[in-house]
Amino acid sequence: MIQKHNYTATQNACKTCTPLGAALAFNGIEKTVPLLHGSQGCSTYMRRYLISHFKEPIDIASSNFSEETAVFGGAANLKLAIENISKQYKPSMIGIASTCLSETIGDDVPMILNEMGSYAGSTALVYVSTPSYTGTHIDGFHHAVRAIVDRFNPVSKKAGYRPKHKQIINLFPGMLSNEDIRHLKEIFNDIKIEAIILPDYSERLEGPSWLEYQAIQEGGTPLRKIKKMRLSTKSLEFGSILGLSVKKGTESAGSLLEKRFGIRCVRMGIPIGVKATDLFFKQIEKITGKPTPEKYQKQKGRLIDSYVDGNKYISQRKAVIYGEEDFVTSLAGFLGEIGIIPVLCASGGKSGFFKQSLKDILSKNIYKQINVREDMDFTQMEEHAKFLKPDFIIGNSKGYKMARSLKVPLVRVGFPIHDRVGGTRILHIGYQGTQRLFDTIINALLHSRQESSKVGYSYM
Amino acid sequence: MKNISVLKEREKHIFQKGKDNFDISCEKKSLAGAVSQRACVFCGSRVVLYPIADALHIIHGPIGCASYTWDIRGALSSGPELHRMSFSTDLSETDVIFGGEMKLEKALLELIDKYSPKAAFVYGTCIVGLIGDDVESVCRKVEKITKIPVLPVHSEGFKGTKKDGYKAACDVLFNLINRNGIQKKVPQSINILGEFNIGGETWMIKEYYKKMGINVVSVMSGDGRVKDVTMASSACLNVVQCSGSVTHLAKKMEEEYGIPFIRVSYFGIEDTSDALYRVASFFKENSEILKRTEELVRKEVKAIVPGLSQIKKDLTGKKAAIYVGGAFKAFSLIKALKHLGMEVILAGSQTGTTEDYKILRGMCSKGTIILDDANPLELAKYIMEKDADLFIGGVKERPIAYKLGIGFCDHNHERKIPLAGFVGMQNFAIEVHQTVTSPIWDLVPRRLKKAKQ
Repeated sequence: MIQKHNYTATQNACKTCTPLGAALAFNGIEKTVPLLHGSQGCSTYMRRYLISHFKEPIDIASSNFSEETAVFGGAANLKLAIENISKQYKPSMIGIASTCLSETIGDDVPMILNEMGSYAGSTALVYVSTPSYTGTHIDGFHHAVRAIVDRFNPVSKKAGYRPKHKQIINLFPGMLSNEDIRHLKEIFNDIKIEAIILPDYSERLEGPSWLEYQAIQEGGTPLRKIKKMRLSTKSLEFGSILGLSVKKGTESAGSLLEKRFGIRCVRMGIPIGVKATDLFFKQIEKITGKPTPEKYQKQKGRLIDSYVDGNKYISQRKAVIYGEEDFVTSLAGFLGEIGIIPVLCASGGKSGFFKQSLKDILSKNIYKQINVREDMDFTQMEEHAKFLKPDFIIGNSKGYKMARSLKVPLVRVGFPIHDRVGGTRILHIGYQGTQRLFDTIINALLHSRQESSKVGYSYM
Repeated sequence: MKNISVLKEREKHIFQKGKDNFDISCEKKSLAGAVSQRACVFCGSRVVLYPIADALHIIHGPIGCASYTWDIRGALSSGPELHRMSFSTDLSETDVIFGGEMKLEKALLELIDKYSPKAAFVYGTCIVGLIGDDVESVCRKVEKITKIPVLPVHSEGFKGTKKDGYKAACDVLFNLINRNGIQKKVPQSINILGEFNIGGETWMIKEYYKKMGINVVSVMSGDGRVKDVTMASSACLNVVQCSGSVTHLAKKMEEEYGIPFIRVSYFGIEDTSDALYRVASFFKENSEILKRTEELVRKEVKAIVPGLSQIKKDLTGKKAAIYVGGAFKAFSLIKALKHLGMEVILAGSQTGTTEDYKILRGMCSKGTIILDDANPLELAKYIMEKDADLFIGGVKERPIAYKLGIGFCDHNHERKIPLAGFVGMQNFAIEVHQTVTSPIWDLVPRRLKKAKQ
């Protein structure tokens, strides 16, 4: 039995605060500058956190609260910030997210923006409420995506018109890597269906070297496309936790469009693993009527063949997985599929749906062998893991300390990757992403066996 | 650069030597929406106290402030590593409504019980003041129970700038020193202030002093220990580096204990030698110290000069931009770069004073851009206009340089390589040389264009 300590303090958090997710989502919109309504430090800290993962300039403006602002309210500062951003960056949109400071003093940002007519010149102003004391970064991300869709697809635009001749799919992938987003684009390109992916930071946050400095990098979901989302044929939204919480009444970007414009939204987990990717392609076929291209069938074939080749090295091995609940759920599904027991599935989030989503995705036999912990930090995780004796851990780079102390390999996936290059280029999804994860995991286990062996064979 | 314009309110913060004639505007609150590179009050306090390795550093607020500062610095410890942990009361909505005092108290008691720290620092974040938590009384209560110093750090993010955070941290350090009373003087002794042991720099500097025959009572705060800090009043002299952050403490110690202070820097041959000589001359009644110092400097300089001359050959005439937190570091860097034959075309800081910028103006050559509290667009504009080959800054400046095909040297607290002292100068030169002479620049669009011209 695992000893369970319940500490009051959070020690080495496995999450970060809500506005960070919003700032990242805003980075996925064309010509957009994120603005945090709060203290200067919030913007600077989040920039540093994001830059360390993406290795790209990431400008996040601040309304720069002072003591007077906290007493008299932040309206003047917010307006000044919007004005200065407009002058310096000439953006099409400013994505404004609140912070614990502005929320606690009770600033009514929607009212302030309404007074401005929701525009600063031709710059659209989009607001999302992200008090740092509720939820985690992933909630801020989803809230921001919903707020963007809401802003550009208002009820007043409810129109019966929908072009029948052309299929357009809204795709809300959630917080995936740049490479994941590029892979999704490739898939839709291959089946020749237009997908509006929101958000899409895959170009903005991983562009080429420049001749001239770009105030705002190129790329991102274009506003003109976001404005057309209400005319799309279907929506596809990743995230099983998100799906479960929508069932309980949470409004997501997909459910908003469904409710407001009758666009059916298909919800599914992030497609990692053969089964989840099969489901993804099956849904695509169903939605679009287009068959899965041979290229992906071949990828699947190779993947399953490699499962067979590697089965002995992974079957019944134990893993600790951590990160955002949705991401952990999908990874667990993949590990379960290849016979690895995710003995501890942990997250700093606490949606209340974590257990359910894992139960849904794992076989009964595997599910009964795992521990599920929401609202967990790395210190508690490490204490648990010591008893569970995992063969490896898998998650973002913040788990390094735990891996080092447990003396097991860390397979780096997700966000953030702060101690390696290429975090943005990790492909997790589809048959191809699964293939890379599979190879990486096996090789990590082989490396660890080789390193700890007295003999050190140079042959498998 | 035509595609980047400077905000009107920012114009007085930017000065070009030989062209402009006004006093640079500085020590102001950052302009809303301008995307300052500065952080907040909390950040200022956190950087000064962070390296104290046997103290519990708990951040009272929602999770962000703690998660963004978890193990991000290269501040090494020779023993305990409690400073590398990230502790937070992780306030939730109900805490914000009903107050976080109980949670803080419970958290402190549990953590002190678990980790047995020698002191606890409770950092206030933005909302702590707003929700009316009486952090002081919680600290007093916990201190009574646990019998270790439990000190509130008044670091609410929005209540000033990073500098106010430095001051709040200095107040905490002074509190620790003062509660121990005035200690008996240790002969020929100093405190090293404003040195944070990034990549082991404190150890190198302490070694120099040891060789000179100087006793180091405490370092604030590199490889710091609570007990050493509490003994600081027994030193004869405070040797202050990073003066922006700890001068407040040095002044307080001068007032209260009559300990004089000098400002030094350990970056570059000139400044390191100067620092050691000035300390030696303070203890001039002992002529042995000066002799040993001369010997040390001679030996150390001799060891690195041949390597530096080699490097200088490749770097002569190359252009460098500097943007750092405190202006004092910029002074040293300018000298160090001159030593490598490089020309400084831009120098700026987040928190420089009028006095600092006057000195900077004096040191720079004609045409150099001097910037106060700059933002990414301004930095990009001027490094392009001035065609820099190297940018020295921190994490947030790095991608600006890289996107434009400019070499970069990290001179911030995140770095892992020691750049202080004589060996540090050598490391610095090697790092600059590696990045500036990398063949990859031949593939980068901006350089390709230049090559074609």
